Amino acid sequence: MATYSTNQFKNGLKIILDNDPCSITENNVVKPGKGQAFNKIKAKNLRTGRVLERTFKSTESVEAADVDEMNVEYLYSDGEYWHFMEPSSFEQYAADATAVGEAVKWIKGQEVCVMTLWDGSPLTITPPNFVELAVAQTDPGLKGDTAQGATKPATLETGTEVKVPLFIDEGDILKIDTRNGEYVSRA
Amino acid sequence: MLKNIRAFFDDRQVIEVETPLLSHHATTDPHLDSLRSRFRDQPCYLNTSPEYAMKRLLASWRISIYQICKAFRDDELGSLHNPEFTLLEWYRLDYDCEQLMDELTVLIETLCARSARFLSLRGGKKIRFERLSYQQAFENFLGINPHRTTSAECYRFALSHGVEIPQGLGKDDVLDDWLDWLLTQRVLPAFQKEGFTFLYDYPASQCALAKIGRDTQGVAVARRFELFYGEIELANGFHELTDPAEQLQRFKLENKARKQRGKDFVCIDNHFIAALEAGLPECSGLALGLDRVLMVLLGVENIEQVLSFSWANA
Repeated sequence: MATYSTNQFKNGLKIILDNDPCSITENNVVKPGKGQAFNKIKAKNLRTGRVLERTFKSTESVEAADVDEMNVEYLYSDGEYWHFMEPSSFEQYAADATAVGEAVKWIKGQEVCVMTLWDGSPLTITPPNFVELAVAQTDPGLKGDTAQGATKPATLETGTEVKVPLFIDEGDILKIDTRNGEYVSRA
Repeated sequence: MLKNIRAFFDDRQVIEVETPLLSHHATTDPHLDSLRSRFRDQPCYLNTSPEYAMKRLLASWRISIYQICKAFRDDELGSLHNPEFTLLEWYRLDYDCEQLMDELTVLIETLCARSARFLSLRGGKKIRFERLSYQQAFENFLGINPHRTTSAECYRFALSHGVEIPQGLGKDDVLDDWLDWLLTQRVLPAFQKEGFTFLYDYPASQCALAKIGRDTQGVAVARRFELFYGEIELANGFHELTDPAEQLQRFKLENKARKQRGKDFVCIDNHFIAALEAGLPECSGLALGLDRVLMVLLGVENIEQVLSFSWANA
């Protein structure tokens, strides 16, 4: 089992905390005068996204997490698993609903996503920051209603509902920011 | 700031000195690690403080001296730590801790009087300095007598008061590790936020290079003090130990403690012991972290903000 000592701690280091892989986002040495040093860290749980705070007596060690990141292309879903391919090796990975998480709202096929692997299995899928998706259903906007910033709901081809300006019609291709789920523009 | 400090010591006839940053000897302090370099294939070390060398000068010159220099410590990096930092260290003949605390107070007041932030912050009011013994601080803020407590009691206190317990700190660990932890978690945060606090008379087990004395209740305490602004530690001062036999004994114990912590054995600096044998005059000395003083004067929260180039870019 690989371990890291507190003096190897740095941002981005992947370690196991509470049985989950975490990435260190902040590492601070707390040292009272001439006394014992402690490392206070913040770490992001890579599975849940939650941020943990932990303190270690310096020279303690923690288990290293075998975490990899790679770009993969989304192929298809069979209902239970979402299948991705690493484009240079053609190696395929099957991610379950937990790993795909929110990404499912934004991918329809061929998008290049970032996949985090833990011990070789998909842990999380991050969709591209921007995706282009067609509007499957939306009510026609009322003619003459030009109030600034007015929006209406529209359902995208992935089944996700977003707020769009009134002039958007069914069949329009929209650019969406996947980080906040907001409409950016017509593509 | 440097100009003001030099003027301060000029006025008091304290002589500025310079001592080597690179030495054949590392520090034995179990909580410090010297950075190592090489000269012609022989290991040498960057000083963690100029203390040993300055005391050698004191033993031969027997005058009050000061120095502004860089010090280096391995594995210290954070919002208050940089591996390379600037120290002001000075020694006063025949001073005890109280007199040195008085002088440090005057120096800090002098520096604050030239800080735009302090002038506006205090609106002309006097800067507050408080003095608390280590025991008073622990009794006031935790209800624990640090000279009588045990690791098990500290552990129970942490559990019952919701103090986080760091991984690796157990109820069987040495008491000083627990006191250090509770100090950072419960004592320092309770200090006045916009003022200076002296903490003095440390537990005898944390004596380092300070004399051991007896407090008013007859308890053995280290004649040592630290100065804090809010919870930021700025200075560490000692009524200096002059007994070479006891110093040698402490170094040996420190090496033992290093071994227990899995750290390298460090050769004891025989030049330093020889200087004590030749006779270190009665004196008190202190080291003031100038980067942190600058942080306080400017009101910034990260040491990187007062460095020309932080460690990441050095």
